[in-house]
Amino acid sequence: MSAHIESHDHHDAHDHHEHDDGHAPSTLKGYMMGFFLAVVLTAIPFWLVMDKVIPNSQTLAVVILTFAAIQIVVHMVYFLHMNTKAEGGWSMLALIFTLVMVVITLSGSIWVMYHMNSNMMPGMSHEMTEQQAKNLP
Amino acid sequence: MSDMHATPSAAIAEQDIEFWMSKDHHPANGTLLGFWIYLMSDCLIFACLFATYGVLGRSYAGGPSGADLFDLPLVAVNTTMLLLSSITYGFAVLEMQKNRRGTMMAWLIVTGLFGAAFLGIELFEFAHLIHEGAGPQRSAFLSSFFTLVGTHGLHVTFGIIWLITLLFQVGRFGLTPANKRRIMCLSMFWHFLDVVWVGVFTFVYLMGVLP
Repeated sequence: MSAHIESHDHHDAHDHHEHDDGHAPSTLKGYMMGFFLAVVLTAIPFWLVMDKVIPNSQTLAVVILTFAAIQIVVHMVYFLHMNTKAEGGWSMLALIFTLVMVVITLSGSIWVMYHMNSNMMPGMSHEMTEQQAKNLP
Repeated sequence: MSDMHATPSAAIAEQDIEFWMSKDHHPANGTLLGFWIYLMSDCLIFACLFATYGVLGRSYAGGPSGADLFDLPLVAVNTTMLLLSSITYGFAVLEMQKNRRGTMMAWLIVTGLFGAAFLGIELFEFAHLIHEGAGPQRSAFLSSFFTLVGTHGLHVTFGIIWLITLLFQVGRFGLTPANKRRIMCLSMFWHFLDVVWVGVFTFVYLMGVLP
């Protein structure tokens, strides 16, 4: 009986791979939806910055970074076909791990180096430190 | 050997084992998962370069700033080129799924042309900056800018080389399973570069011109 199960199972898996290589087939609708969202999410930040819609730099930075984050998710879902089921969940696991590393690298570097600059630069007046605080990207 | 007592419980046990086995047997997917892991490691390289730019991006050394240098309409055109190349690659994948070799190759060529346009505009921008004396040696800001944007441009260059290679492969051998797998890998690579570019145009160009 076990031999029967194995052969049956193998046949199933083979069929599965021949059809879609383990990935859901892409659809025109999905690509067009992703493209439409990407264009909108690209155009808005460019418009906000080029027409100086929001006068406060920091608010504007937060807004356009939010748009970028949403657009990255859109690209991941519609173009890279990212979901929790692809490759039995291993793609998503690798992505989550990478995102954790990216966040630590980015926020850690900027945080540490900002404090290094403001606390340890010799001969730096308080005024300049404040200036740097404003200039921090 | 247990055909004698094919009871309902045996049928359920069979289904259970089948489910578990089909989840575990994934040898054919190895390449795509492996390529995804490569892309994630590439993502870490870009994270380091973004972090470097985040730290040094306002260290002008008395030189020009992003607001002085960046030409946002040009960057918008560049972004459009890359976005269009992404959707045309999507069309190529759709044609590949329908096994239409000719139209698929046509869409791949269109993708390559948009990619080449992107590269051309970027090289024009770099040449313009260097000509103005704002080369990578001018300040820490420009060093990190050229490294980050240049690394992305280098990736696009290799993507185009890969795309041309694939065109010859498909032209000669047709849409074989191996070629389809390669097309799917390049698809991931190409869309991944677009994801990185979203970070570049937001973090470098748009935030760089803010006062």
